[in-house]
Amino acid sequence: MQFRVVRKPDVTQKQYTVIMLIAISLALLTSGIFILLLGLNPISVYISMVNGAFGSPYRIEQTIILAIPLVIISLGIAVAFKMKFWNIGAEGQVIMGAFCASYLALNYSYVPRPLLLLAMAVAGFLGGALWGLIPAFLKARWDTNETIVTLMLNYIALKWITYLQYGPWKDPNSLGFPKIANFTENAILPKFLGVHLGWVIAVILVVVMYIFMNHSKKGFEIAVLGESYNTARYAGVNIFRTILFAMLLSGGICGLAGMIQASGVAKTLNVDIAGGVGFTAIITAWLGGLKPPWIVLVSVLFAAMVQGGSFIQSAFGISAASASLIQAMILFFVLGSDFFTKYRVVINFERPALKKEA
Amino acid sequence: MNNGSAYVSMRDITKIFGTVRATDGMNLDVAKGEIHALLGENGAGKSTLMNMLSGIYIPDSGHIFIDGKEVKFSSPRDAINAGVGMIHQHFKLVDILTALENILLGQRKGLLLNKKEHETKIKKIMDKFHLEVDLKKYVYEMSVGEKQTLEILKTLYRGAKILILDEPTAVLTPQETVMLFRIMRRMKEQDCSVIFISHKMNEVMEIADRITVLRKGHTIKTLPKEATNPQELTELMVGRPIDLSIKRVPKVTDKRVLKVRNLRAVNEEGVEVLKGIEFDICAGEILGVAGIAGSGQKELCEALAGLYPVKEGEILFKGENLVGKTPKEFITRGISMSFIPEDRLGMGLVASMDMVDNILLKQYHHNKGLLVKRKPAAAKAQEIIKKLDIQTPGINHPIKNLSGGNIQKVLLGRELDSHPELLITAYPVRGLDINTCLKIYDILNEEKQKGVAILYIAEDLDSLMGLCDRIMVISNGEVTGIVDARKVTKEQLGAMMLGKKEDEYAV
Repeated sequence: MQFRVVRKPDVTQKQYTVIMLIAISLALLTSGIFILLLGLNPISVYISMVNGAFGSPYRIEQTIILAIPLVIISLGIAVAFKMKFWNIGAEGQVIMGAFCASYLALNYSYVPRPLLLLAMAVAGFLGGALWGLIPAFLKARWDTNETIVTLMLNYIALKWITYLQYGPWKDPNSLGFPKIANFTENAILPKFLGVHLGWVIAVILVVVMYIFMNHSKKGFEIAVLGESYNTARYAGVNIFRTILFAMLLSGGICGLAGMIQASGVAKTLNVDIAGGVGFTAIITAWLGGLKPPWIVLVSVLFAAMVQGGSFIQSAFGISAASASLIQAMILFFVLGSDFFTKYRVVINFERPALKKEA
Repeated sequence: MNNGSAYVSMRDITKIFGTVRATDGMNLDVAKGEIHALLGENGAGKSTLMNMLSGIYIPDSGHIFIDGKEVKFSSPRDAINAGVGMIHQHFKLVDILTALENILLGQRKGLLLNKKEHETKIKKIMDKFHLEVDLKKYVYEMSVGEKQTLEILKTLYRGAKILILDEPTAVLTPQETVMLFRIMRRMKEQDCSVIFISHKMNEVMEIADRITVLRKGHTIKTLPKEATNPQELTELMVGRPIDLSIKRVPKVTDKRVLKVRNLRAVNEEGVEVLKGIEFDICAGEILGVAGIAGSGQKELCEALAGLYPVKEGEILFKGENLVGKTPKEFITRGISMSFIPEDRLGMGLVASMDMVDNILLKQYHHNKGLLVKRKPAAAKAQEIIKKLDIQTPGINHPIKNLSGGNIQKVLLGRELDSHPELLITAYPVRGLDINTCLKIYDILNEEKQKGVAILYIAEDLDSLMGLCDRIMVISNGEVTGIVDARKVTKEQLGAMMLGKKEDEYAV
């Protein structure tokens, strides 16, 4: 018997959906065995996961709050990935966006609320954009490896906030506890239909980015450049400017997400402001096929999984590690199924030719 | 010839890729001591069939017999053990090793200990087949012809008695081709079987003993050379009668559109790749460019499209010096460049995008505002499909799924659609079958009559001599001559391609 891996012709949307559904079923099946081993009923655990994510208006709000940064950051990452610029520095860009917005929030709290929030959004965008422009410039000018540069910039951003939190920005009223002061009312995103305004921004961004990526000249140039450097040159695309622009947008959007997290969720700045969501968004951007509408769907499902995962911890007394394991299992199957959308495995039952070895 | 005397016999071979039956119940018999040519259009299944004989692909169904015994290959190693070796178009050699090291590479026997012994064995093979290879020479120092000879030697050393050559002459000069044919005849004398894949009718008629014509995955017919002629073979290949001659349209004007003066450029390593190139092209003229692969054709094309940094010299387009302008400015002035690289897709097209987006590539600069307009591009795509007879499931189909010929037509169609005044086209018929070639020559002639100046870079001397008004020969980044295409001979072109200056001949 002999196994071979064969490249598939492009799969249709329908085949893709089928493969995904099979992957999810297998994930649930495998996790089910694990849950059985824990001595619990898998069906009721799954039901309560869904229940935990969508079971009440409050839970839905919580799920949405988790989904907002995922959606926005995924959109930002998608722009860079479309250009095959592997921006894994969203985490740092989120942090720098949050930092710039917080600077205004902490120092200009007397400014009227709409004006201050607008200024914070702009500052957040610029902070992230700057953090995105650094690797873009290095890449465009000297062809440095953007993966390494964006990754390292994450740590610089994180350590910078740590320094501020434990040093110059430490709240003098916190009785020695290392935390930055809470934002005042003026610097906090108001709620709209139960959830902070971030969701409205996310919805607008989805529409804008959809149009940008599919119908704008710049979006077209980014896609062409991503597919073929030579063709882009040949078509008269200004490569240098396009790389910089794409990363300005990518980093800027991530920075805006940072502002939203600081202003709408944490209501202050701290070292956990991004909390790994910049990395998670890479997964959601990729699973969403870098397409804005799909990114929304994937992000919401992902948020639901996280939310449901924490719910079953309290409902069934499952440990946090076990809940993570279930999440990981689902992710593993879904990401792994990507292989089957590109290749198929052929099994030959005939015996291969006998080798005449010398 | 009946089945019994066939040394290699492939029976009822079927291979399916996705939904395409690349070979559909193909049969092939090759005798010992025979040069057997495989002839067919693009997509006829020649390479697929040979890849199965050499163990690269595994047939979905069918049987392969060698010397009467059935064989099943699951890797090229199995095939070479059974005596089947294939020389691919792209050589599989390691540049930084010597010829000897390349031959011994991957052999399991103790390499260092027996080097002497291997060397004598290799020398014996060289004597037997009259191969001339300097075993101590590094591959990066070798010419294309030398590399090919080395590939053949390597394959013979590994025990090949059946040698498959996939379009071996595509990269050779006429002189090197003569050398190759000498080697092939010698192999035949030594009772080897040689399978020769080619598009070039004259070569097939010169060297082959028997010819098998394939069409669309089927074996059409096997004929002894003496019993056939190019006209018949072409008709079998295409499936209908066809006129083979390349038409030459008389030159239209004497108005010089492009003057290139003392054009110099250096590559990234600082080596001069264009050494003072000078030529003119008139409106309504086709100037051919001949040269061994890598003589500066690519750099010249790119320089003329604003894509390659020019160190010195002038590109005067209608009197305006374009040196230092951006590619976009070249495009807006009516210069169109289409370069078909070896992989056919490297420049000019985006494989994963559909026809509309690929056409948009040359149009979107003219769209006003921030957004692109796809409707006009879609209309253009339909137009080009009709005009050039492109086979595609639709305009929204990724072009990478089209066949090579159709992809090239998309590129050419788009470039012509921009109504250029100067059309630079490099290898537009690379790897295409005769039918499509003729179609493309017709299109170029049409453009010529419209008064477009055409720089036509090609490998095939027949097409250059048949289509062009004048031929410029470049060798190692230098112009070795600009000659009248009607008067020059292939031998003269070949000598100039190797660096001999034109004035050494009385043309």
